[in-house]
Amino acid sequence: MVDLSVNLSGLHLDNPIIPASGAFGYGAEFAELYDLDILGSFSFKGTTKEPRFGNPTPRIAECDGGMLNAVGLQNPGIDAVLAEELPRIRQYFHKPVIANIGGFSVDEFRECCEKIDAADQVGLIEVNISCPNLHAGGLNFSATPEGAAAVTRAVRQVTKKPIYMKLSPNVTDIVAVARACEAEGADGISLINTLLGMRIDLRRRRPVLANETGGLSGPAIFPVALRMVWQVSQAVKIPVIGIGGVDSAEKVIEMMMAGATAVEIGAANLVDPYVCPNIIRALPGLLAGLGVDRISDLIGTAWKNK
Amino acid sequence: MQKQGIYTIQENAPLTREVYRMVLAGNTGAITAPGQFVNIRVEGCYLRRPISVADWDDNTITLIYKVVGEGTRRLSRMGGPGAALDLLVGLGNGYDLDCCGKAPVLLGGGVGVPPLYGLAKRLWRRGITPTALLGFGSADEVFGEREFCALGCPTMVATVDGSYGHKGFVTDLLREAGMRYDYFYTCGPEPMLRAVYDACDCSGQLSFEERMGCGFGACMGCSCKTKYGTKRICKDGPVLKKEEVVW
Repeated sequence: MVDLSVNLSGLHLDNPIIPASGAFGYGAEFAELYDLDILGSFSFKGTTKEPRFGNPTPRIAECDGGMLNAVGLQNPGIDAVLAEELPRIRQYFHKPVIANIGGFSVDEFRECCEKIDAADQVGLIEVNISCPNLHAGGLNFSATPEGAAAVTRAVRQVTKKPIYMKLSPNVTDIVAVARACEAEGADGISLINTLLGMRIDLRRRRPVLANETGGLSGPAIFPVALRMVWQVSQAVKIPVIGIGGVDSAEKVIEMMMAGATAVEIGAANLVDPYVCPNIIRALPGLLAGLGVDRISDLIGTAWKNK
Repeated sequence: MQKQGIYTIQENAPLTREVYRMVLAGNTGAITAPGQFVNIRVEGCYLRRPISVADWDDNTITLIYKVVGEGTRRLSRMGGPGAALDLLVGLGNGYDLDCCGKAPVLLGGGVGVPPLYGLAKRLWRRGITPTALLGFGSADEVFGEREFCALGCPTMVATVDGSYGHKGFVTDLLREAGMRYDYFYTCGPEPMLRAVYDACDCSGQLSFEERMGCGFGACMGCSCKTKYGTKRICKDGPVLKKEEVVW
């Protein structure tokens, strides 16, 4: 019997598999297909203070080994999520959920986290300071250690729930940003968000995306994500959730060997809605083949000093 | 409710230079209305390709699609013994037949014509014979006329260059024929949908197209604004009622 359980800052997960924010809505579409209780948890759609329509369409483009999106944080707003989405989630998901919170200012992050703190269904807050598709204000808080620190400090004051800062890979020194979050009291780090990219339509001679640029996700970004998880997890003492291009049990194991305590699955859900249950089913056999009886024993086994 | 399954390719042949007809065998139980679509996994492409269902029966699905890029080009080359595709089936909100009036008119443009065929067949089974107005660019792009005629539908074709049927657009047919109709169903390029919306005084339903990520409502890639809030073309559409459309 292989033990798949992991622990994220006191939050027990039956297994490390978490559908990533932005690829899973609030879970309802997948609950039509399978029992969501088999998941470790799921990170719901990035939620902001006010309702947002998001960017104009087209919002989706394709590339070799992945896709670009410029959805722009479409969501019904924090109040509607608390009043409508969370009660709906309770009907089909009976474990603590991960609340993904987005924002345009430090105050907005603080206000949303304060509100979500009151929701007992929420086991962990993932603070998205790295959405690449928001031009209003032009700020990406995870672009600098100072920006990341400012948001972390603000949200730390308003909640006792574990706070995981979701970081952008579009930086020179990811370790410096992660350390700044740790220093301000973050309980963990989620990485990576999407890589900024674009495609051009030959006939129109214009970018495919109405937003011009968008976030690259899918298998193409896996090696980048793996490298950043490996760097950051060795540099901080808090847990890291590995995200980026994971679509198989093998890549989950790689992510954990690189230092991830849990693993989020994003774009793969859009292509194969059953990818998460398939991975969860495949893990025990794969681990047994590696001679491992506790998945948590694999965390960081690929670090330099191991 | 949508279902994933493996479907074997029974036929995959060109109807015109760019438009192909594919017949797939497998479980069709998830399809509940004409105007719904399937999302096809194509070897070598990351995202699935959404294609509307032209017709279906207990164990086959007929798709009529146009080769517009790499995904549909690969699709057009598939076939042969044992060839199969991974499909998500029963996607989207299709046409509602219950409010079709006594004399519905169907207006299709290009590869917007196929889902209207599945609709015509099901209206016909209810004892209602719609009029079919089909629009294409030119004579070598025309398909489907015979199939609508075979259902007994009064059928007219317009081509933009006048090389077949009436010269002009489907909305010109609507005016020139001076026909009587009390409801419309349409599918085609967005400028055509807009023209139909403006030309028809009665109620109706329009099927929209958008670039999609998942095709089943999860990614918010294909959202649009309507009079009743934000809707996802893949899940709440592709068919919207005239009353909710915002241009």
